[in-house]
Amino acid sequence: MNDAAVHDDHHDHDHKPTGIGRWLFSTNHKDIGTMYLVFSLFMFFVGGAMALVIRAELFQPGMQFVDPQFFNSMTTVHALVMIFGALMPAGVGLANWMIPIMIGAPDMAMPRMNNMSFWILPFAFTLLLSTFFMPGGAPAGGWTMYPPLVLQLGDGFPFLIFAVHFLGISSIMGAINIIATVFNMRAPGMTFMRLPLFVWTWIITAFLLIASMPVLAGAVTMLLTDKFFGTAFFDAAGGGDPLLFQHVFWFFGHPEVYILVLPSFGIISQIIPTFARKPLFGYASMVYATASIAFLSFFVWAHHMFAVGMPLTGELFFMYATMAIAVPTGVKIFNWTATMWKGSMTFETPMLFSIGVLFMFSIGGFSGLMMGITPVDFQYHDTYFIVAHFHYVIVPGIIYGVIAGVYYWLPKWTGVMYDEKLGKLHFWLSTISVNVLFFPMHFIGLAGMPRRIPDYSTQFADWNAIISIGGFVFGLSQLILVWVVIKCARGDGEKATDQVWESAHGLEFTLPSPPPFHSFTTPPVVTDATAHS
Amino acid sequence: MAKDPTRTAKKLALFAVAMFGFGFALVPIYEVVCEATGIGGRTGVISQSEAEADQVDAERLVTVEFDTNVDSALPWAFKAAEFNMKVHPGEMAEAVFVVENRSDKPVIGKAVPSVAPPIASKFFDKTECFCFTEQRLEAGERKEMIVRFVVGSQLPEDILIMTLSYRFFQVPDNADVAISDTKAVKTKI
Ligand code: HEM
Ligand SMILES: [Cu+2]
Repeated sequence: MNDAAVHDDHHDHDHKPTGIGRWLFSTNHKDIGTMYLVFSLFMFFVGGAMALVIRAELFQPGMQFVDPQFFNSMTTVHALVMIFGALMPAGVGLANWMIPIMIGAPDMAMPRMNNMSFWILPFAFTLLLSTFFMPGGAPAGGWTMYPPLVLQLGDGFPFLIFAVHFLGISSIMGAINIIATVFNMRAPGMTFMRLPLFVWTWIITAFLLIASMPVLAGAVTMLLTDKFFGTAFFDAAGGGDPLLFQHVFWFFGHPEVYILVLPSFGIISQIIPTFARKPLFGYASMVYATASIAFLSFFVWAHHMFAVGMPLTGELFFMYATMAIAVPTGVKIFNWTATMWKGSMTFETPMLFSIGVLFMFSIGGFSGLMMGITPVDFQYHDTYFIVAHFHYVIVPGIIYGVIAGVYYWLPKWTGVMYDEKLGKLHFWLSTISVNVLFFPMHFIGLAGMPRRIPDYSTQFADWNAIISIGGFVFGLSQLILVWVVIKCARGDGEKATDQVWESAHGLEFTLPSPPPFHSFTTPPVVTDATAHS
Repeated sequence: MAKDPTRTAKKLALFAVAMFGFGFALVPIYEVVCEATGIGGRTGVISQSEAEADQVDAERLVTVEFDTNVDSALPWAFKAAEFNMKVHPGEMAEAVFVVENRSDKPVIGKAVPSVAPPIASKFFDKTECFCFTEQRLEAGERKEMIVRFVVGSQLPEDILIMTLSYRFFQVPDNADVAISDTKAVKTKI
């Protein structure tokens, strides 16, 4: 295998294109992965800046900095940017970088489509963000785009719809590419049950994407025709029903949350065994649990709609289905914990972030379970309690997973170790501030503070001030990550070995660090001994 | 490698297209589910003779509350003459609503009814209603309108109270157009 890698190294000098064309026309999975990740990091700060506008306005009761319409645009576009601009591209970027070198493939199956699916993203976000400069402003009706409110958006409306279409197309192409790669290009001996878990979670995520994204595309297309072509899918005056949109949207929306989180589960399933120095506990049950979560995620959508007036049987069905998802999720949490049990653990930055995922995702999972109980959800719905819930599962659940992956593989990508001191500082600052930021939201939510409103009753003032401080500290702490990445990219650090971590396993760690531009042009042979788990 | 990624990709693309279609298929599926469960609170329309055929259950009384809303685009005032009434299941009842055009132009509106709780809507039928047709009001005109309805005698025992809600929407285009020429508004009443 090393022979193959060394051999590749020679090729390398002949084939790496130079200049801007290297990036514009790239069909190389590593370059495209890098572009996705850099784009994601950039959008993370764009969305983060919007979040800080929100937190600045909410620092004190009363209206301070922005007018309500702009505030609403901030909450709406913050969510769209974070979900479609930061989280999803981060997942796809990691998949691009890692899947081929994890399964021993020379590249992704459809390199040209890969290029396209990346370059659609900046285009789609230009459409979306340009709405800020249009009459009527940027979308302000919430990221869920409920009619009739969303139809009141001004000139920006078709831009919103087409941006969503393009983002959907981009992610569907990415998903197709990933499945085509894993199904057809595994190295000899790399059977399905030998795939690293990150690859498994991505196959399942990709299927979720292909099944749910087109439904969202359908829903927003109906919005478009309702607005411009006189249809009445969601227009009560014309015999339609605005509730229908909510059903169609959440049929996409709930699987979407798992599209976001499953890759993060995959990442920490790679990292925890490395730093616990034990194989992953219950590999097969991890695969089946992930598949069950994905399957069940299509039958719980109406837990977002408990308060709209459903028949009792419907409320009960969606309550039980929602509870059921906690079972496979619990299996995964159990397996990660069991992997660490009696392991010789060390706590390098990727491990810290992974343990952060384990703890804090669970907090979000628990509040999710609470909201899944129909009768009590009437109290939580549309309050800051739900804001606390989804930020716990998303920020320390997904973003931490991505960050853990970045620290874990950064030495592999760049060939130099990151600065461990800065990494630990990043972790601790983030972890303290993220809890100051999101935990009190549970309290003000239970006390009745509604979400998406720029002003609030003075009883909530103290907690909001504390939350805002947490928000600013968290936001600024992320600059440490940028600094760490820049240092590595400039080669400023200790040289990383091929294996990077003492007990890292998997094909990616048989390649040199950084891997050659073209790797595994001769496929390696995988046996039980060299397989990841 | 004998395998063909392009084939896999084509199959998946087909699947994606099918799911796009499924998104639209959810519209009729939703219709059917609404029909079956009463979600959406749609009310039924029956003839006078059908209404008279129902057995009056003199033992029971249910309260029907009236709720009126006007779309923000419509410059009308709209309310029920009485806020609620008590009826026997199976009995024919009549309620009066008052609507007033507060603008200085003639305007056409159309009312869309719904009944809550959803399960009750399956037993709520009208024989006559101002919501069957578009309503044209001259500038400043005030008008009384009626709805005749029956709460079916098969109404489940545990329903003691229900709400009949109307929302008036402006009919697209404007009042200069005669009612017969207006773009027919798709109705499901
Ligand atoms: C055990 C797992 C989970 C359960 C039981 C659960 C349950 C729920 C429920 C019941 C709601 C609706 C609350 C309301 O509107 O009153 C909700 C909202 C939400 N959940 Fe979860 N959830 C779980 C995991 C997740 C995960 C993993 C994510 C993201 C990766 C997520 C993201 C969201 C989001 C974004 C919303 C809010 C949507 C909105 O209205 O804007 N949830 N969750
Ligand atoms: Cu959900």
